[in-house]
Amino acid sequence: MDFSSLTFLAALPEFILIFFALILVLVAAFARQSDGHMKTVRTISLVGYAAGFAALFLLPQGATEIFNGMFRIDGLTAYMKGLVLLGGFFACWLVSDGWGEGIDRAEFHLLVLMAILGMLLMISANDLISLYMALELQSLPLYVVAAMRTGSLKSSEAGLKYFLLGALSSGMLLYGASMVYGFSGSTGFTEIAASLTTGDISVGMTVGMVFLLSGLAFKISAAPFHMWTPDVYEGAPTPVTALFAIVPKVASITLMLSVTYNALGGMAMQWQQILIALSVISMIVGATGAIMQQNIKRMLAYSSIAHMGYALAGLASGSIEGATSVVIYMTTYVFMGAGSFAIIMSMRRDGAPVERISDLSGLSSTHPIQAAGMMVIMFSMAGIPPLAGFFAKWYVFLAAVDAGLVPLAIIGVLTSVIGAFYYLRIIRLMYFQEADAPLDKGGERNNRLVLFASLAVILLFFLFIGPVHDHASSISGALASFS
Amino acid sequence: MELFTSEITLAHYLSVAAILFVLGVFGIFINRKNVITILMSIELILLSVSINLVAFSAYSADLSGQIFSLFILTVAAAEAAIGLAILVVYFRNRGSIAVEDINVMKG
Repeated sequence: MDFSSLTFLAALPEFILIFFALILVLVAAFARQSDGHMKTVRTISLVGYAAGFAALFLLPQGATEIFNGMFRIDGLTAYMKGLVLLGGFFACWLVSDGWGEGIDRAEFHLLVLMAILGMLLMISANDLISLYMALELQSLPLYVVAAMRTGSLKSSEAGLKYFLLGALSSGMLLYGASMVYGFSGSTGFTEIAASLTTGDISVGMTVGMVFLLSGLAFKISAAPFHMWTPDVYEGAPTPVTALFAIVPKVASITLMLSVTYNALGGMAMQWQQILIALSVISMIVGATGAIMQQNIKRMLAYSSIAHMGYALAGLASGSIEGATSVVIYMTTYVFMGAGSFAIIMSMRRDGAPVERISDLSGLSSTHPIQAAGMMVIMFSMAGIPPLAGFFAKWYVFLAAVDAGLVPLAIIGVLTSVIGAFYYLRIIRLMYFQEADAPLDKGGERNNRLVLFASLAVILLFFLFIGPVHDHASSISGALASFS
Repeated sequence: MELFTSEITLAHYLSVAAILFVLGVFGIFINRKNVITILMSIELILLSVSINLVAFSAYSADLSGQIFSLFILTVAAAEAAIGLAILVVYFRNRGSIAVEDINVMKG
């Protein structure tokens, strides 16, 4: 194997995260537990994410494969890694003081850093082996952080459920990977794609593809593989839920993009049908499931299921436009997730975090800025123009219609209308309902940076939609199916 | 009985692996008693995949399948450790590891 300087340069963001993770291991082991201790740990991981982000600009231009073809970098992976690192930075920034047992430990930030490292590797995975190893590097720390509040029944139950269903999904993904390996004769995406260009698609290959996509659908919580999502979102400590809501799905859907477009591009007819089914079911389950929820974290879980349905509609198109729409959708998804959790995490009553939807009532009179922010985010999630969420949905449905999937686009529009109901319900609560007991003041100071950054992106997205679309389109063109 | 006298082919290995995989999946979904059984079913799934990979690898004279199975064994060990750790934490809070007791959150 050739370990030239190019090898290290191409994987620079990953090496930087490993470096900071090792520092955190030492800090966690040797530093004394004290008040200043957590600030140091948080600062170290924030610097780690920022350094990783900066390193993305040093990456070699153009598509490169290193580590014997296991690791691929191109414009698309760099962009998605940027999103993941930004999301990691936001999620880490939101974890300030007062989150109590479990979260106030150095190990929490260490595990999150490891999970983010796994996500970066997932995005660059170009081989079934590196796909699996990266996926597990992402999943295993996330299982632990979900159960991080060891004294809480809800948190440990969330961790247990997440672990059991996550392990099952890894098993299904692996079974699919073994079939794909067996019938294509190689684990590399490039070789798998080459094996699909000649002759008919064998049944074994189709079976493998179905299992592979089912396993990945678990990770992005696409219905009907979404059972874990509401429980894990509700049970996990809120900083962990924020992390789940902002980052992992970006990496998982990028992995899905590279599996379908890079490795299995030759059997698009087959996977399109699977993705269409996943997309329709997710949109319907997400839109209808959220209506009856009382817990805001649970509601956002269903909302994220619906969002994944829309992103999958773009993916199912199988065109450059489809891939572009997924990239744009995930960009807005990160900022909407970060913004909504910046508000939810500053909601306290008598110092204790609250998470019922009814706790938001009367927010406009007690916390006008946050109520306005929440309103913008909810409008954006509902897809009201000219906010970011509207353009995301617009490009997805445009790609679906261009690919001839008109029924899919129609179902998407109908479910967005149903979805608008529960987003608007929150706005109604905040603006037209009296508060029964006001929330604490001043809790929002720490979260302001994340909130304002997200709001700025959501509000001003329409100014940059042209360049963003052009960039997303040019990086999507690097996917193997189109070159 | 031709089944027992003929040579063992790739299809035999794949059948064994498929049976083990289905047993593992059913072990997770039908089992209503104990979480430990679910952990065992997960191991069964991972081992069925390893059989698949090694069989494919041997019959196509390509080593990467066997290397893949080594990685799976390593990750399976880590996964079991984390699963048991979470299970211990859960037991401390709930006092039970029966599957039907994992029901604090519903909906």
